[in-house]
Amino acid sequence: MRLKKNIASSESGFIFNPGTGDSFSANPIAAEIFLQLKDGNAVADIKKNILAKYDVDTNVLEKDWDDFNAQLREANLLDI
Amino acid sequence: MDDNNQQLVIAVTGLNAIDSPGPGVAVIRALRDDLPKNIRIIGLAYETLEPGIYLHDIVDKTYQIPYPSAGSDALLARLQYIHQKENINVLIPNFDAELYNFIKLGPALKSIGIQTFLPTQQQFEARDKINLYQFGVQHGLMVPMDKIIYSSNELFSCGEAMGYPLVVKGKFYDAIVANTLEEAQKAFYKLAAKWGFPIIVQQFIAGTEINIAVLGDGKGNAISAIPMRKLYITDKGKAWAGITLQDETLIQLAQTFVQATNWKGGCELEIMRTANGSPYIMEINPRFPAWIYLTAGAGQNQPAALVKMAMGETVEPYKDYAVGKMFIRYAWDHITDVSEFQQISGYGETASPTPPKEGL
Repeated sequence: MRLKKNIASSESGFIFNPGTGDSFSANPIAAEIFLQLKDGNAVADIKKNILAKYDVDTNVLEKDWDDFNAQLREANLLDI
Repeated sequence: MDDNNQQLVIAVTGLNAIDSPGPGVAVIRALRDDLPKNIRIIGLAYETLEPGIYLHDIVDKTYQIPYPSAGSDALLARLQYIHQKENINVLIPNFDAELYNFIKLGPALKSIGIQTFLPTQQQFEARDKINLYQFGVQHGLMVPMDKIIYSSNELFSCGEAMGYPLVVKGKFYDAIVANTLEEAQKAFYKLAAKWGFPIIVQQFIAGTEINIAVLGDGKGNAISAIPMRKLYITDKGKAWAGITLQDETLIQLAQTFVQATNWKGGCELEIMRTANGSPYIMEINPRFPAWIYLTAGAGQNQPAALVKMAMGETVEPYKDYAVGKMFIRYAWDHITDVSEFQQISGYGETASPTPPKEGL
């Protein structure tokens, strides 16, 4: 799971794809994950951080992660 | 071009800043941003209610000119009259329908000291929507398949070859997406009644609408190319908001077009980018688009560069522009007096230098 290099984002959750002109609003947790992805952090490390920081079950995290991944792909924000 | 030089006088058409706007006002705003402060802008208008006529911080003085249907002789006579009074240096026409006459008059205008920077008649005709598919094939550009037809009987074979939906287009303007043969026939008769023959039937391409404003130097170099995605589209299909994009494929497409044609002047490539990223050229407009001021906002002022080239300067191709720069168009009620309206209606030109402010 790798973001396209030129994707811009802010801490407020605003995401902009300069190649398509699309913009998105992410909720706070999605924005946090997005910024970590942008920083080049490994998926396993990001998940570990989320599990340590928030009261969330591993299965729930995995399910939500898959959903998030699908949304990023649908939004054309990932390198295929 | 510095402020100490003699005043530069630039004539501009397309002052109809309405819901389906002409590019004139945007072109002038771009010129005023980059050229010396003392430039004088002469508006050339067809109708008396073109908003630019009344915007005196944009246009210094406006003259009416004859409709293109009056022919090039009538236009030349009128321009000679205006030139005697204004000593025009550069003229920038901004309507498709008037370009034929202005291109034809290019040498005559040059001989009296008016510079233009326009494509040749050949370039102008090659990108006409009637010739577009052939043009694409010739230059290796992706253009939807089309067929030029004169009878509704030909629609059946178009459907067989292209499938549905397909697009039925008028000779000059308008396009209707038809999902069945019956819808195609209805569109055929509607467009034929409005614009005459031929009718263009074009393969439907699904995707994202992107436009590229391009400036060619006439020697095969793209001086500037700015891709823009429409973010808000009016019911007339016009961009009411848009954003500049970062996409090397689109820039290369523009460069390929300019190199293949030696395009001279401004133009707009209308692109449909499919889900797999293929950029199809849907139309090529042979003049600046109405959103041209965005090129100035993004750091590549195409109208100003055109004027410099028209005046004989060498302009190096721009390299960078601001990605994510947006325009959002707005409507604004400008208040004027009936005396101004009667001035342009009655005399065919606005008062000079300051328009009357009081009543009749």
